[in-house]
Amino acid sequence: MKTVITSTGNTLDSKMDRRFGRCSYFVLYDSVNESIEFIPNTNAESVEGAGVASARVVASKGAEKVVSGEFGNKVKNIFDSLGMHLVIIKEEKSIGEIIELLKNNKQ
Amino acid sequence: MVKIAVASGKGGTGKTFVSTNLYQTFLSRGVDIALTDCDAEEPNSAAFFKYEETGGEPVTQKVPVIDLSKCTYCGKCQDWCVYNAIVILKERKIAKVLDEMCHGCGACTVACEYGAITEKDMVLGEVTKYSGKDKSSIVEGRLKVGVYTPVPVLKRAILSTTANVAVLDSPPGTSCPFIHTVNASDYVILVTEPTPFGLNDLKLSVEILNQMGKPFSVIINRAGLGNRDVHNFLEREKIELLMEIPFDKEIASIYSKGGLVISEREDIADKFSYIADVIIDKTRAC
Repeated sequence: MKTVITSTGNTLDSKMDRRFGRCSYFVLYDSVNESIEFIPNTNAESVEGAGVASARVVASKGAEKVVSGEFGNKVKNIFDSLGMHLVIIKEEKSIGEIIELLKNNKQ
Repeated sequence: MVKIAVASGKGGTGKTFVSTNLYQTFLSRGVDIALTDCDAEEPNSAAFFKYEETGGEPVTQKVPVIDLSKCTYCGKCQDWCVYNAIVILKERKIAKVLDEMCHGCGACTVACEYGAITEKDMVLGEVTKYSGKDKSSIVEGRLKVGVYTPVPVLKRAILSTTANVAVLDSPPGTSCPFIHTVNASDYVILVTEPTPFGLNDLKLSVEILNQMGKPFSVIINRAGLGNRDVHNFLEREKIELLMEIPFDKEIASIYSKGGLVISEREDIADKFSYIADVIIDKTRAC
C-alpha cells in the first residue's frame, strides 16, 4: 500500500511538515517493496488552493493513506470522496520514525 | 456623484466613527447624500441610524456544474482553472467543483469540449438599502459567511448608491477590498491613530494611494495616545492633516452606545463641519 507523508526536507532525518497543502516535500512510501520517493511540493507557494492542488498530487500517486499534522475542510472533503485514510500526528517526528511506525503497523 | 472613501490600513482606527458623523454633518446641511457601508465582512454603519429597510437584492456569482453523463474526465477544465476550484481524477471517475474556491471567471465552460459544464448562481451576499426621512439613505453590503472575498458585494453596494454625494465606509486593510473601494472614490480620508501599528498601516495605505494617484488627507483619531511619529511622518511627506480627534472617554462612550458624537459634542461637530467644508472645496461636491 502507498502512503504519503508531508515532509520539511528530502531526507529520512527531516521532520514531518505539520502543514498539508504547503508542505515542502511529499514522501511516497510503498509498503510492498519498501521504496521511498521524495517529491518536491510545487504548490507550496500557491496564492490560494494549495490544499486542493496537493490533494490532487497525492491522489494521482495512487496513495491510500496520508500522514500530516492537519487537514483543512476542503482537503477533507476531497479525501472523503476518495476514501483516503487520513492520519494526524501531533508530536514532532522524523520521516524515518514515521516509516518505522508504518512498518510496525502502529499507525 | 462625488464619492468620498473613509479608509485606513489598520482596523479599529475609527472609519465608521468618521463615516457616520461626516454623513450626518452633510445631511444636516441639506446635502443629497448617501452612506455606503463597503465593509461587507462586518457592516455596522446602519446601526447608528434608526432607518427603515426599504429594499435589497442578493449578490450572486456563477459557479460551474459538471454533468457527469457528458464528462470524459479529460481534465482540461481543471488545467484551465487557476483557482484550483476543480478536481478531476480520471482513474477514480471523480469530477468535483469546490464552489468556495471558484471566482466565477467562466474559463472552465470555455475549456470543456464536451458540453459537460453549465453554470448556476451562487449567493455571495446581499445589498440592503435603509432610508430615513428626506432623501437620506444608507446602502449596506453584507457578505455571506465563508465567501472568499467581499469585492463583488462591495462593488454592487457602490453601484446601487444614488445621491449627489456618497461617503464610502471602507473595509480595513490594504488588500483588494480596500483597493476596489478607494478606486471607486474621488477623494480619500485616511483615519489613523498615533501608535506604531497605526503608522505602519498608514504608510502602506499612503504608498498605494500615491501609486493610484488618488487625492487624500489624514485624520488622527485618539490623539494624545502613543507618540508623535505619525505627525512627523505626515510633515515629512507633506500630507495634509485634516483633523485630530482627542483620545477621550466620553467620545468612546457615546460611540459605543450607537450615538453620533456630533449631536452631543459641539467641539467635535465644529471639527466635522470644517472637514465638510474642506471636502466640498476639494471635490466641488455641492
